Order: sequence, then C-alpha cells, then structure tokens
Amino acid sequence: MINIQQISKRFSKLEVLKHIDLQCNKGECIALIGPNGCGKTTLIKSILGMVIPDSGEIIVNGENTKANFEYRKHIGYMPQIGRYPQNMTIGQVLQMMKEIRQTTSTLDEDLIKSFELEHLYGKAMGTLSGGTTQKVSAALAFLFNPDILILDEPTAGLDPLASEILKEKIITEKNKGKLILITSHLLSELDDLITQIIFMQDGRVEFHHSVEQLRNDTGETKISKAIAFILKNKIGNKDVITQSTINQSVKS
Amino acid sequence: MNRIIKYVIIDILKNKIVVAYTIMLAVLSWSAFSLEDSSTKGMLTLLNIILLTVPLVSILFTTIYIYNSAEFIELLLSQPIARKKIWFSLFIGLSMSFIVSFIIGAGIPLLIYAPINTGVMMLLLGVIISVVFISIAFLSSITTRDKAKGIGMSIMLWLYFCLLFDGIVLFLLFQFSDYPIEKIMVIITALSPVDLARILILLHLDVSAMLGYTGAIFKDFFGTTLGFLISLCLLCLWFIVPYWISLVRFRKKDL
Repeated sequence: MINIQQISKRFSKLEVLKHIDLQCNKGECIALIGPNGCGKTTLIKSILGMVIPDSGEIIVNGENTKANFEYRKHIGYMPQIGRYPQNMTIGQVLQMMKEIRQTTSTLDEDLIKSFELEHLYGKAMGTLSGGTTQKVSAALAFLFNPDILILDEPTAGLDPLASEILKEKIITEKNKGKLILITSHLLSELDDLITQIIFMQDGRVEFHHSVEQLRNDTGETKISKAIAFILKNKIGNKDVITQSTINQSVKS
Repeated sequence: MNRIIKYVIIDILKNKIVVAYTIMLAVLSWSAFSLEDSSTKGMLTLLNIILLTVPLVSILFTTIYIYNSAEFIELLLSQPIARKKIWFSLFIGLSMSFIVSFIIGAGIPLLIYAPINTGVMMLLLGVIISVVFISIAFLSSITTRDKAKGIGMSIMLWLYFCLLFDGIVLFLLFQFSDYPIEKIMVIITALSPVDLARILILLHLDVSAMLGYTGAIFKDFFGTTLGFLISLCLLCLWFIVPYWISLVRFRKKDL
C-alpha cells in the first residue's frame, strides 16, 4: 500500500532521511521506532506530502505522491502535536472537515462517542488541554474510514482510559485489514498491537522485521527486550548506536 | 464558491478588524467629501488618505493573518486538498473581504459625491491597490518562518512604496533636473503601484497642470487609452507576480 523508494531529505545542513526504502502492506500494523530526531516524523510527513523529499518516490495505493493530493483521502493522520485554529470550537473543526471532505461513505464516529467529545463541542480549540486535543486528533484521523492510518505518538498525553480506548480502536481497524503505522517510544504499549517493526536511526532504516521473526531471532517474548537485544549485539560492529539509545529502549 | 473560502471569510469576519476598517474608511470618505467644498478637492483628500491607509491595513492584516493561519493550513494539508487550492482560497478570502469593505466604506460616498467616471476609476484603483498589497503580504509571509521578521518586512515594504519611493523620485528629479529625464520618470513610476494609481487618478481629475512639464509628459502617455490600458496591466502585474512567486514557494514549503 505504501511503497517508499530511495527517499532523501535534507534540512539545510542536516541530512534527516538517507535513501530510505520501505514497503508496507495491507493488514500490517507497523511500529516505527527509533531515538529522538532519527527522522520518524519527517518520514511520516513525507508520506503525507507535508514535507517534500529532495529525491526518491513514494507510492501510496499505486499513486505517486509527487504533485498529487488525491491519494491523501486514503490516509488518516494523527499528528504528534495537533495544531488547530485556536478560535474554532471542536464542533466547528469536525464540521469543517466533514464539509471539506464531502465523503459519501459513512463516517466512523466511534471515537467521538467513546471519548465523549460531544459534550465538549462548544469548547474552543485554544482552551483545550493537550490530552483533549489529542482526542480530537485521533477522532479526526479515524473519522473518514481511511485504508491507511498514520499515528504519530498516539498515546502520548492521553490518560490510561483514553489510551486503552484508542488501542482497542486500532486493533479493530487492524482486523478490518487496514494498514496502520504507529510511531511510539513506549514499546511496552505496542506489544499486543503490532505485527512489524521498523527501527530507524540517524535517518536510516536499521531493520524492518516482523514481530515473530524478531521473537524467534532473539528468543525474547517482549518486544522491548528483543530490540534491546538486537541493539546490544550491533554495538560490537557499529559504534553509531549510543548507549543512551539502548537505555531508552530498555527502560520502556 | 469553495468551502475553504467560506471558512476563511467567516474567520475574517469574526475577527472584526475588517469591520472596523470598513467603518474607518466610511468615516474618512464621508468627512472628506462633506468638509471640502468641491468634489475635486474632496477626491484629492480622499486619494491621499486611501493611498496611505489601504496599503497599510491590507498588508499588515494579511501578513499577520497568514502567520496565524499556520495551524489551519497544516490541518488542511493532511487532507486530500491541493496546496494550490489552499493558498488560492486564502488569497481569495482575504481579497474578497478587503474589496467588499472598500466598496462599502469608500465606494458608496465616491459614487454619490464624485462624478461617475472618476468615482468608478477611484473605486477600481482602490480595489486593485488592496489586492496588490495583499499579494505582497503573501510574498513576505512565505519568505520567512519568523513572524516578527515577516511582519517587519511588510512594514518596510509599506514604508518603501508609500513614503520612501516618492522621496527617491523627488531626489532623482532634483539631482538630474538638468537632463531630459521626463520619459524615464514615466518608466520609474511603474515601479511603484501606489504612484501608478496616484498618477492615473490625478490625470483623470484634470489637475495634471499642477505637475508642470512632467505632468504634460505624463498626460501624453497615461492620458491616452493605450497608456491607460498599459498602466492598468502593470498594476495587475503588481498583484499577479508576487502572488505567483509566493505560490511557487508555498508548493515547495516543508511544514
């Protein structure tokens, strides 16, 4: 569904993405992990066309993303930090998106209901707490029943109850055969969700394995431990991986 | 009308600054006409007021508005909407708001007090000047991410077009008064939309005699239908080109 070929991106001097190749298929639930600043969000934003890569191609559902926008109707995106027009209320934002999209297919309002956003419809976006803003982002991402869901740190800032609701929703959608791409630092949270893992470091994809393969290779049952295991083994021949990366992964 | 334009206009109206601007224009225009005894004098007063305030309000409001719309733009970008359409909707939304407030604020008194052809002419030029400065604001706000820098740039551009440029022209006139520079002056005038508009109106008001010999040259050029059309086209270029450059940049921008 998403095919990334040799994507590179440089922000002035900093090379954020270095020749990335990826293939993501239907029905997969992929965790995109890696230390801060390794290019996860830039990669996601390139898929969405918010960042324009210097070279390479991204093909979503058979459509090249370059100078194209139609493909975005297949994607639901939940940003890491949702930024919304401050003076609009939740209700107005949702209404506006519905009007602009004008979809004929049925809307998926499960999250609006389970997050009880209806009670907050009159509240202005500028006055919302970080967690409530995240709830709105999540509700918007799922609203139009997209085939591909891209969730950037979905559970960060959500209370345990809300994050459980969201996780259940993600599992339901995964079972419908959608492609789900999640970035997160909290590896333990992902244990029961994901089928694939992409580990990024310094703008490169270090590895892209299925969870089973990872478990078999390392003999660990927990994803966080399996990754820590791989990173530790790599340190012998690769000194680019810092100790802090490993600590971060182990801690979570 | 597309839906994004609708939301932009609703947002601008909620802001109320454009409403205040309309009222201010109305107060200035009505008082200009009722205080002066002849309509030509009233027109001249109004011309000077319009050429100073309209650019200022449109360029500043638009620049700040675009910076404040960063979230709105970001929200729309993840949706299946072309970048071109988002930028164009913002431009049309802002332009329409300013054109309507100019027509309501200054247009009504102009059509009542001024002779019909000069009144319409002034209305047309006021509308174009608003759009020109909105377009320049688009350019300065896309040039830099830093809000203070962008707004600063807009203020500088306003100062340049509305005050500095005249100073430079006067300086050149005095320095080179021994040479036959009248024809060059016509070309230099085209370098500022404000001066272009001012001269077109002055010639229409038949006060060009006040401009002396240069005025006669101007009359020779701008007074003809061809000259008028050329200057109108030049004025249009003043909003097409900055908008177009800003669009090219917006399409390549990383958010």
